[in-house]
Parts: sequence; structure tokens; C-alpha cells
Amino acid sequence: MTSSRNTWILHVAILTAGVLAPFLFPGYTTQIALLWMMILFALTWDIVGGQMGYNSLGNIFFFGAGMYISATVQVGMFTDVGAYTSARGGEQLVLGYGDYFISMFAGMGLAAVGCVILAIIIGLVVFGLRGPYFAIGTLGIALSARELFSTWEWVGGGSGIAMPVYPGLPDEKSLVNYTILFVLAIATFIFVRWLYSTRFGLAINAIRDDEEKAEAMGLHTMRHKVVAWSVSAFFLGMSGAVFGNMTGFVEPMEVAFPTITFGIFMVVMSLLGGKGTLWGPVIGATVFHVIKEVTWTYMLGWQWVALGVLIVVNVVFFQQGILGWVQEKWPEKFGIVVEDMSAEGEEEAA
Amino acid sequence: MAAMIEVRNVSKSFGGVQANKEVSMEVEEGKITGLIGPNGSGKTTLFNSVVGYHPIDGGSIKFEGREISDLKVPQIARLGMLRTFQQTRIYGNMNCVKNMLISVPHRSMGLLDMFGNYSAADIEKAERLLEFVGLYAKRKLNAGDLSFGQQKLLEFAMALMNDPKVLLLDEPTAGINPTLINGLIDRLKRANEEFGITLFVIEHNMRVIMNLAEHIYCLAHGQMLADGSPEQIKIDQRVVDAYLGAH
Repeated sequence: MTSSRNTWILHVAILTAGVLAPFLFPGYTTQIALLWMMILFALTWDIVGGQMGYNSLGNIFFFGAGMYISATVQVGMFTDVGAYTSARGGEQLVLGYGDYFISMFAGMGLAAVGCVILAIIIGLVVFGLRGPYFAIGTLGIALSARELFSTWEWVGGGSGIAMPVYPGLPDEKSLVNYTILFVLAIATFIFVRWLYSTRFGLAINAIRDDEEKAEAMGLHTMRHKVVAWSVSAFFLGMSGAVFGNMTGFVEPMEVAFPTITFGIFMVVMSLLGGKGTLWGPVIGATVFHVIKEVTWTYMLGWQWVALGVLIVVNVVFFQQGILGWVQEKWPEKFGIVVEDMSAEGEEEAA
Repeated sequence: MAAMIEVRNVSKSFGGVQANKEVSMEVEEGKITGLIGPNGSGKTTLFNSVVGYHPIDGGSIKFEGREISDLKVPQIARLGMLRTFQQTRIYGNMNCVKNMLISVPHRSMGLLDMFGNYSAADIEKAERLLEFVGLYAKRKLNAGDLSFGQQKLLEFAMALMNDPKVLLLDEPTAGINPTLINGLIDRLKRANEEFGITLFVIEHNMRVIMNLAEHIYCLAHGQMLADGSPEQIKIDQRVVDAYLGAH
């Protein structure tokens, strides 16, 4: 972050850790895979919530929608979805490696495309809302999706869909899912880093700082808002598809649309790390996930209290988040200038 | 000279308050036109109607011969009519250069242009205009850390960056210290002469508007009271009465 050489070392270190982690800690493969998913969650939430200033509480909708799209695609490629779900798991879908992976990647791809289309349609409606109304409106979308999918019999209603069975051993399955989530998280990071370096990054920052001014200057605000949300939806949809395959079972309440867990975690992680920064969501997701896993292991029964305390401390005393605080403390390390350059100009003249 | 902005019988009311009543006026191309009037006379309402901030109740507003009263703010801005705000609006969490870059004209932006990068020419133009308003030394500072007067100058530079045909300025000198005011008048005149931007200015400071404008309109109680050259307005008994409260 301070210089290009340090950045390079940091990137290599993270990639190496990501590749070696499942071999060094084979017992924790699923937990570390979920860490990569949390990083993806925080990064995609921060595009709209942090960089653009639209606090969405409903991004989890795309996670669930992607999961359902991929589930119906993966099942529908081999059998009738309605008949399969009405058998309530009485019928198992056992596939060979080829069929399994082809259908899984087809499911992921269509989940991504489908979620982008949903983001465009819903975005054109909800981006007319501002501030708290937008937050509540998006929350409403996630909650109503839960209810809708609970009653939609074709996709199994409340009893859900059993995903195709992985053809290999369980350890191999977790390694495969780990790899996909790891690659997805890295791809998300690279994509948003590029996105923030273009005009687009500046435009969504302008919308965050003063949307009315941006409109008065002729910026295509709606276009930018919808595209920003579509980018989130694209990656969230794919992560949902992978998560469905990881759990092996898709149902609306706890797995596809976990609004009060994953849906809130993505907001909390961005705030904790420092919203509106590139690395903040990554740091926030890592710290949050580690704290969460530790409290779940050593403070069972009190884990929600511990998370609640963390959120309260973060929101009340520490609003700028970890990276935000570091930037305030040492702004010059981040290329932020706090004094004018007339003095510097004189030196140049002399 | 052709009328760049043509306002005909525009009315606007908020609930029971009639802010503009049958207002007609013209802004001529290439000129500096002033708009004065006591507090609450409907100047800012007229501005907001012209730039499309709210729908009007009746009448017609034309920009370069084209009816714009049914267009929205960003559409009108992309036609080349830009406004600055009375309370000054800049993007506080970005530095000055970024504030300038995001203000490039969006007239011909296609869908893929938003993923492009700024050209060296854009950056050079941004720095030249910051130099023009005297903020070059502060270009790397966050705009939110500038003083109020400096933010006004930045907002003006951002408007110039957008290559507008006409610029509507809502009280450009309000809250600026008197020594800076002269510099600002000078820059407004240069923007008009050198860049060929038509200006339409709301101003409370009589010394400023009499120096700046070639033609002045005076509003009172939502109605057009008088118009004429600065000399005519100065001696117009109706205008004097309106300001002294006889109206």
C-alpha cells in the first residue's frame, strides 16, 4: 500500500497463503473457504454501500437468487425440476465427474447472468429511493424473496432442493469448493480494483458525496447506480451458486436468503474494515470471520452477544473502521494531502 | 442577438405560496444577465424552474429555441446549461483535481465510456482551470477541507470544466471576503469574454451586479418588476421602493 514493491509482496503473500492454506490446515478447509466468501461479500457490498453511499440491506437477495438459478439449472439439465422437488429428496441425482462439473459451471454462469438481469430490473425501481428508504426497500426485497421461494412449489417451497451429489470423496469436494471460492474472491478483488481506477470509480464517489450536484453536472447517475449494483449481483450470484453446492441442499430461510446472518455480516464487515476503501472490506471480513469462528468455538452460547458488542463498538466509537482509522492517522502513507503545496512550490522555484 | 434562454409567463407555486407569477424574461447569448430582488422574491425558484429542478405550473421555458420545461436536471445539464448552488456544493471527500475530472462534459458519453480513463488533456485542462481560479497550489487537498470561499471558486472551476454554453450562478459572491470578490468578478468577466460562456447571475451585492451585468431583471413578490441596463435599474423608483420595503 505504501509503495508498489510492498503491494507486490502483499499480493504474493496473500495468494501463497490462499494456495497453501487447505494443505497446511486440512481440518479448516471449509472455514477458510467461507473466509474467501466473506471477503467477496464485503467487497461486493462496498461497491454500492461504501463507494457509492447507498446502504443496501438486501444484497443477500442476489446470493439466494444465484443459488436458486444454479440449482434449477443443475437439476434441470438431467431431470424434470418439478417432479424432482415434489419427490422431497426421494430421488437422488448422482452424476459422473463430467456431467457434474459441466452442470455446475453452467449453473454458475447462468446465476451470474440472471442476477445481473435482476439487478438491472430491480435497480431501476429501488434507486429512486434515497438514504434510509433505500436500505429498508432493499431489505424488503430480500425478505419478500424468502417468502416467495418458501411458497413456490416448483423449486420445492420450504423443503428446498437437494443438489446433485458430488461424485468424489467429501475431502475432495471441500477442496474443489475451496478452490472455486478462492478464485472467485481474488477475481472480485481484481475486478473492483480495476473498476475503482476508471472514471466509474470517480463517478460513484461523486454520487456518494453529493448526488444532486452530480445530476446538476449532467452525470448519468441512474446508469452508474444500476451498473454498480449489477457488478455486486454478478459476483454474489456466483458465490451463491457455489455455496449451494457446498451445503448440498438449498432452502429459502437459512441457506439461500439468510438475511440476519450473511445479509447483515456483509454490512458489518465493510464497516469494520473501513467502508469506501479497497482493502477495508478485505481486512474487515478477515477480522470479523476470525472473531466469529473463535467466539463460536470458545464462547458458545455467548457468540451472538460477542458479535453484538463488536457491532455496537464499531458503529458507536469506531465509525471509520480499521483502515479508515489508519488513513486518518497516517494520511501521507495513502497519498492523501492535508496541507497545500504552496510551500513545496516555493522550493521548486528555488 | 438571439435569446439563449427564453422564459414566457412561467408560474410556480408551493402550496398556497405563489413564488413566481407569470414571469417572462430573456437571457441573450454571449451577455451577462443579472437577476436581483429582495429576499423571498422568487429568484432561486425561477433558477430552479429553468434548470428543471421542479416542474412548472404554467408557461414555457426555451433553451436555444428548444422547449426544456419538461426535461430533467441531468438532461438539461447535458444540453449545456449548468447551475451553481447558493449553498455551494462540491464533492467533499475527493481532492480538487478529482472534483474537476468528474466534471468533464457528459454530453456524448456512451455506455462504455464510463469504464474509460481520463486523458492527459483532461488532466491538463483541470489543472489549467484550477490555476485560473487560483487553487492550483491546493489541487491535491480534499475539497471538503477548503474554506467556504475556496469551495465557491472550485465550484466555479468545475462548472467551467463542463464546457457549458450558459452558466447560472446563484449568489456567487455570498460569503466571500471582500478582497476575493474583486478577483471573482474579474474571473466571471473573463469566463464570459475568453471562453464565450453566457452568464445568468443572481446577486444580492449591488456593487457586484452593477459592475458585472449588462442587463438586469428585478423580481419582487414573484413578479417581474423592472428590467433594463444597470444605470436604468439604479434610478428606477419601483426597484428602489421594493428594496426599501414600500412595495
